[in-house]
Amino acid sequence: MIFKKSTYNLILASIFALLLSACAQQAAKLDSQIQGDVYTGTDTVEYLADGVPDRVFFATNESVLTTASRDTLRKQAAWLRKNSSINVVLEGHADERGTREYNLALGERRANAAKDYLMTYGISENRISVISYGKERPVDSGSNPLSWSKNRRSVTVKAN
Amino acid sequence: MKKIRLLIILISICLPLNVNALIEVDITRGNLNPLPIAVSALYSDQDTNEALKKEIKIDQIGNAISIVIENNLKATGLFNPLEKKAFLQKPDVAHLKPRFEDWSLIKAQALITGKVEYKDDKVRVEFRLWDVLAAREMLAIAFTTVPNNWRRIGHIISDKIYERLTGEKGYFDTRIIYVSEKGPKTKRVKKLAIMDQDGFNTKYLTLGNELVLTPRFNPTNQMVTYLSYFKNLPRVYLLDIETGIQEVVGDFPGMTFAPRFSPDGKKIIMSFAKDGNSDIYTMNLENRIVERITNHPSIDTSPSYSPDGKFITFNSDRSGYQQIYVMRSDGSRVKRISFGNGLYGTPVWSPRGDLIAFTKLHKGKFYIGVMRTDGTGERLLTENYYQEAPSWSPNGRVLIFYRETKSNSEGEGFSAKLWSIDLTGYNERKVTTETDASDPSWSSLLSN
Repeated sequence: MIFKKSTYNLILASIFALLLSACAQQAAKLDSQIQGDVYTGTDTVEYLADGVPDRVFFATNESVLTTASRDTLRKQAAWLRKNSSINVVLEGHADERGTREYNLALGERRANAAKDYLMTYGISENRISVISYGKERPVDSGSNPLSWSKNRRSVTVKAN
Repeated sequence: MKKIRLLIILISICLPLNVNALIEVDITRGNLNPLPIAVSALYSDQDTNEALKKEIKIDQIGNAISIVIENNLKATGLFNPLEKKAFLQKPDVAHLKPRFEDWSLIKAQALITGKVEYKDDKVRVEFRLWDVLAAREMLAIAFTTVPNNWRRIGHIISDKIYERLTGEKGYFDTRIIYVSEKGPKTKRVKKLAIMDQDGFNTKYLTLGNELVLTPRFNPTNQMVTYLSYFKNLPRVYLLDIETGIQEVVGDFPGMTFAPRFSPDGKKIIMSFAKDGNSDIYTMNLENRIVERITNHPSIDTSPSYSPDGKFITFNSDRSGYQQIYVMRSDGSRVKRISFGNGLYGTPVWSPRGDLIAFTKLHKGKFYIGVMRTDGTGERLLTENYYQEAPSWSPNGRVLIFYRETKSNSEGEGFSAKLWSIDLTGYNERKVTTETDASDPSWSSLLSN
């Protein structure tokens, strides 16, 4: 009886430990994908060309470009300089945790932050157009901080 | 939409000499004891019933109208319509002369009776409102219209009763314009939809080929201004509901959004976004003159006029975060009015002029609230996971807004629905729509 009970406890404890480590892994995964509220993962990223990611991510309510974002945009600028016939649309987006109208403005501000940076790296204004989708076109449907961080983005899309 | 002409004949209005002696319903407080009211089926004889069943496929027209009235009164939270089963008097007899003892026996304090006749392709509907305890008639009105308007008759009667008992205009003969939503979150299909305030007679005004957002009525309810992504260019549009003709508002070299009409219907006020900066502009619909109202390197959006047209409230993040501001309609004397904890958005001026309703975001929760136009007296009416964009009932007593639910990573569990709540903070209820819905805007009263 006593033996049985202790086995039972042991099983319970090991299940609990397993669960804990699973949780820890989950948390670690999340941590590694968000830094200071900005998405740093690659789940949703597509590539305009080899080694040229198509999008940059923002912190909540922010339109400031992070170091990683500037790096991505410099790669885009280099690619655009090499492919001078290609024009792009910058699509600005917000997460679902804001009022619709403000988010439209915020998406426009984010896309323009990316546009300004491309322009400082020599891309002509008339090759870049900007559109904001506000919170209307999330790439991730979830209602959690990781999903929201993927949705706060500016995506560079070929226009032609 | 045909312009509906209602021939209103006042057959008799017995205005009581002493108003205080009759029933009064106080709508300024949450009502925990709704007034027991008996809405008798309106009497319609067999010939009328059969003719109208053939004509508009409605069975027992008198009863059907009484149900419209009952549901309207019930939804206010101020009235408690009693079970018809308990009624002792037949509709025709009650309408002629109620036996008040019978009605007070079932605890009714007010009684509505009526009669429907069908003659020369028109229906004539008369109703009377009785004070059961005082044993007196309070109101009697008759209407003549085409049979298809039978629900509107129910709404107009509801408005008359509400006004007589509360002393304020009703909001039943009104419509809601909103955005109908379908499909997964990542590619939601949105259409403009319009319906009666009670959820009936839904019509879709766009096909869903392009994204549409934030429709708002003009003061006569014949035009709608909204945001459309037609040809992937987000611009403010104007739609004539009757003709279906749409036109883009102004010739802006960038996104225009967050449109509303001025109270005289002559201007559209909206945001125009350029180079990462959104400011507020107006366009006069008569002479097409565009005026810039704000000029600030922050986001200025969600503008809404005061009912006298002299002021504009809007939200701006010029302080660093989204807050509510008020300015004169020429853009001068900008003053921040929201100072509580959290972010404030979507301010909308009450039709009575004394309050501004808003959305507030604080510690991960969304609130619908109201404050005075100087920012004092902030009162939060409802808290939820996500809700925003209040719109006032024309009498300024009720707010309609939309609410979204959380979803898992597959997007399951997501929904968007319309809700309403009284200014008192009581009587929160879901508004029925055929599909998921957002961005509601309440019309003014259609008749009067």
